[in-house]
Amino acid sequence: MFVETEQFEAELAAMDDAERERAYGRVQQWFADHHDKIVHHRHLMPADSATTVRLDRGEPLITDGPFVEGKEIVSGYAEIEVADLDEALRLARSWPACPLVEIRPIAS
Amino acid sequence: MTQPSHAELARVVRDHAGRLAASLVPLVGDFATAEDLVADAVEAALVHWPVDGIPERPDAWLYTVARRRGLDLLRRESRHRDKLALVPWPAEPEPDDRLRLMFTCCHPALPRTAQVALTLRVVCGLTTAQIAKAFLVPESTVGQRITRAKRKISDAGIPYRIPSADDLADRLADVLAVIYLLFNEGYLSTGGPAAQSRDLTDDAEFLAALLHGLMPTEPEVAGLLALIRLHRARVAARFDPDGGIVQLQHQDRTLWDHDAIADAGRLIARAAAQKRPGPYQLQAAIVACHAEAGHWDGTDWTQIVVLYDMLLHLAPSPVTRLHRAIALRYVTGPAAALAEVDELAAILGDYYLFHATRAELLRGLGRPDDARKADRLALERTANPAEQSLLRQRLNWM
Repeated sequence: MFVETEQFEAELAAMDDAERERAYGRVQQWFADHHDKIVHHRHLMPADSATTVRLDRGEPLITDGPFVEGKEIVSGYAEIEVADLDEALRLARSWPACPLVEIRPIAS
Repeated sequence: MTQPSHAELARVVRDHAGRLAASLVPLVGDFATAEDLVADAVEAALVHWPVDGIPERPDAWLYTVARRRGLDLLRRESRHRDKLALVPWPAEPEPDDRLRLMFTCCHPALPRTAQVALTLRVVCGLTTAQIAKAFLVPESTVGQRITRAKRKISDAGIPYRIPSADDLADRLADVLAVIYLLFNEGYLSTGGPAAQSRDLTDDAEFLAALLHGLMPTEPEVAGLLALIRLHRARVAARFDPDGGIVQLQHQDRTLWDHDAIADAGRLIARAAAQKRPGPYQLQAAIVACHAEAGHWDGTDWTQIVVLYDMLLHLAPSPVTRLHRAIALRYVTGPAAALAEVDELAAILGDYYLFHATRAELLRGLGRPDDARKADRLALERTANPAEQSLLRQRLNWM
């Protein structure tokens, strides 16, 4: 799971078009370099597009925004097929964009 | 048959439990199950051996119990059937595979507390109860840490292997950090309530020596082993008959183990010849300067300051700067040392040793009133839990 921070968001916003193009290029390159291990991946729309439904408070409660009002927000995910955690960690270390990557096994 | 002492039992279990675990993991194909089998065998040994004596072949004894338990599991629990049905139980444990074991136990995806508990249990063969007693925490806490860590190893896919060359330096640093922490824990509790139950410095030295045997060309491993041996060589002189700490300048140096000190010196020299200095080698070299001096006045303080400079270059730390300033006192005098120490006021103002050091230096400068004031500040900070944890992180160099 890819996690963005406020600072990363600000840095991205401060880039000019050419810089941002290069940043996106690095991400595309990463996906291309590791395509044999990536089952699929998705980038999510920004958190201000999120709607949250809470089901643990009696009536379903619908609110605008992400479920945690945090400085760190899940911005996308990639499903990878690797032998073990060390291989996953190597992939994560080479990720060229947002500053946090959470690795979690898929429940079988 | 003579009944074995606690130390003898601990040594024999430690020599064999880790080897057995290391050879069972690939056989059983599952770290957690293999670990359970060995832990059960160790528990059984601790029941039988004190009464019956240590068997002639402790490895074969442990192996037989683990095997029987494995076959029981196979019969009772269908979830193990697939794994254990294929196990071609060998006649005896395979060659030493404990390096893989250590890297798995100290994997960076596990919290440090779990790395420590797991290493002690899996590599050194300690029981959960022994670990809990050594760290003065409830047995259930240690049990949960180990259970959770083992679950994470299988769920997250933490591999059972020696890291690739790219990862080796980082991963070795984790293993060394675990051993270093164990050593500090044991060293600082020497003479305390946990001392009688288990000497963790013994386990730390065992692990460092094991790692050095398996990775003889890694200079930082040799450095850590030397550091541990240098401290242990001087333990006999650290306490007075009433259990009070004797400061280095007042220690009876004839009580030191000079053979062990010479041995550590050779380790440091061999490591240094590789020209890959690191924090453990430098710390060992600093302690060696103290240990090799025939008396307090013969200490090579100039060399110690040079080594601290190298250490600060590799691993900057305010506590190390404080220690350097203490050494500087004997090279350039208390005024220069005090100036250095005062620069650390903002960072170390809550650290008792900062104030205690200032007090010493102020006394040396003939300012007894200021010295007393600093002493009071130091005293106020000695019962502080934050300071206790800082104390635990640092080694008592002096």
